[in-house]
Amino acid sequence: MKLNLRVWRQKNDAAEGAMATYQVDGISPDMSFLEMLDTLNEDLILRGEDPVAFDHDCREGICGACSLVINGDAHGPERTTTCQLHMRSFRDGDTVDVEPWRASAFPVVKDLVVDRSAFDRIIQAGGYVTAPTGAAPEAHATPVPKADAESAFEHAECIGCGACVAACPNGSAMLFTSAKVNHLNVLPQGAPERETRVLDMVARMDAEGFGGCTLTGECATACPKGIPLPSISAMNREWLRARRKAKG
Amino acid sequence: MALASSKEAAAPARPPSGTPSRGFWSSTLGKKTVMAVSGLIMLGYLVAHVAGNLKVFFGPEEFDGYAHWLRVMGAPVLHHEWALWIVRIVLLAAVGAHAVSAYQLSRRDVRARPTRYAHRRKGSSYATRTMRWGGIIVGLFIVWHVLDLTTGTVHPGGFEQGKPYQNVIDTFSTWYGNTIYIVAMLAVGLHVRHGFWSAAQTLGAGSARRDRALRLVANGLALALTAGFIAVPVGVMTGVVN
Ligand code: HEM
Ligand code: SF4
Ligand code: FES
Repeated sequence: MKLNLRVWRQKNDAAEGAMATYQVDGISPDMSFLEMLDTLNEDLILRGEDPVAFDHDCREGICGACSLVINGDAHGPERTTTCQLHMRSFRDGDTVDVEPWRASAFPVVKDLVVDRSAFDRIIQAGGYVTAPTGAAPEAHATPVPKADAESAFEHAECIGCGACVAACPNGSAMLFTSAKVNHLNVLPQGAPERETRVLDMVARMDAEGFGGCTLTGECATACPKGIPLPSISAMNREWLRARRKAKG
Repeated sequence: MALASSKEAAAPARPPSGTPSRGFWSSTLGKKTVMAVSGLIMLGYLVAHVAGNLKVFFGPEEFDGYAHWLRVMGAPVLHHEWALWIVRIVLLAAVGAHAVSAYQLSRRDVRARPTRYAHRRKGSSYATRTMRWGGIIVGLFIVWHVLDLTTGTVHPGGFEQGKPYQNVIDTFSTWYGNTIYIVAMLAVGLHVRHGFWSAAQTLGAGSARRDRALRLVANGLALALTAGFIAVPVGVMTGVVN
């Protein structure tokens, strides 16, 4: 396959960027999107040009490092991570636009790489449990109702990629934050910090400059892990409850 | 997630951009809560308002009589028009709180996403944009509507206090009266459609199981309000109300 790529190039965080056009030849439909970019980069290196910078790590859809807005969709046209997106989702001769996540809380570092440390700071604000954990405990030591366990698992799937922020017209981090809050707040292990967690994480999220939620649902459509939109309402419920408790 | 490798590429990690605040009003969730509660108050009022408006189809005595009752509502406990003034003050506060939180949140949202994607997808911010534009249209309509049928300042006929039946007919005998009103009611419908469902989410009443029911109620409310409000100018235009 042959593709016409239009890629965002930006030297560093201070430089102006622009879309640059490249022809990429010799693409197999079995390649992942990142392997296709590797092919482009090998070519650029041979020509003595600066390769396109992009984030990646596990390349198996579990780490949350890869990003990229492909033809306007965070992680591209399939519901998966960019590293798990295959070139068979495109047609020979297609023009494909590749851009970084766009949000003022995620500044571009270089080319397609953005700084997502705002997410880390939201986690630091409350995305942990203070109970000493040690070795894995006996599974029946702390019973967890099945529905709660399932909800915790569903929300624990969030890999912190930031596609939700990238897809949101308001650059809101509500889906990510709700996944992290709900994951721990339904479990007995997370109960001691149930109120402070949601209050601190939401306050940190706001302080990082993410936008507010208008419930357009773009986040849940883009999320490669299927974190559902009602998770946001569940976090709002936790937040309102925590505020009431903090008062009385 | 932030990779160590992304940092060494350039600039050092950005320092946190703000100090977290625990205040209710300074939180986006707090402002959304104010927006949801004030929206629901206005929604409750609209339901009562549309029911009252439909009395126009039962003739001038009943309609004007109803308008009179609004002024003696709560008597003899309350003095003449006191109940009406309480309603007006609550509504004014709701409109004010709603508009201020909408404005502040919208500004914040625009600042949070300053760069557009070069490849633009259609419809991705449909609900957000219709809420903003629809809200502004409804806000302007409220001003015109009060000046038209409450104070009579911009009323097209000889406005007469206590004769709302005739006043309504005068308003809907002009092409612009009908146009402004019908456009605004369509905007109200769209606003309530996303607004009611959103308010439920904001107040923590949303869940996967309840989603269908909430959307159904939102659509039903929006449709009933829009159809009910529009029935009045259509009634005048077709001569059913005269
Ligand atoms: C002064 C005129 C109005 C303006 C400027 C306005 C503006 C807005 C905007 C921009 C939003 C979404 C903002 C966001 O979530 O960030 C919104 C939401 C909403 N509006 Fe309005 N609106 C107005 C009148 C009304 C009226 C008359 C009603 C009553 C039916 C109403 C009910 C709602 C509800 C229930 C919400 C959802 C709140 C939430 O998301 O939790 N609005 N409004
Ligand atoms: S909620 Fe989904 S899109 Fe957002 S960070 Fe988590 S996995 Fe990525
Ligand atoms: S590279 Fe790890 S999820 Fe894509």
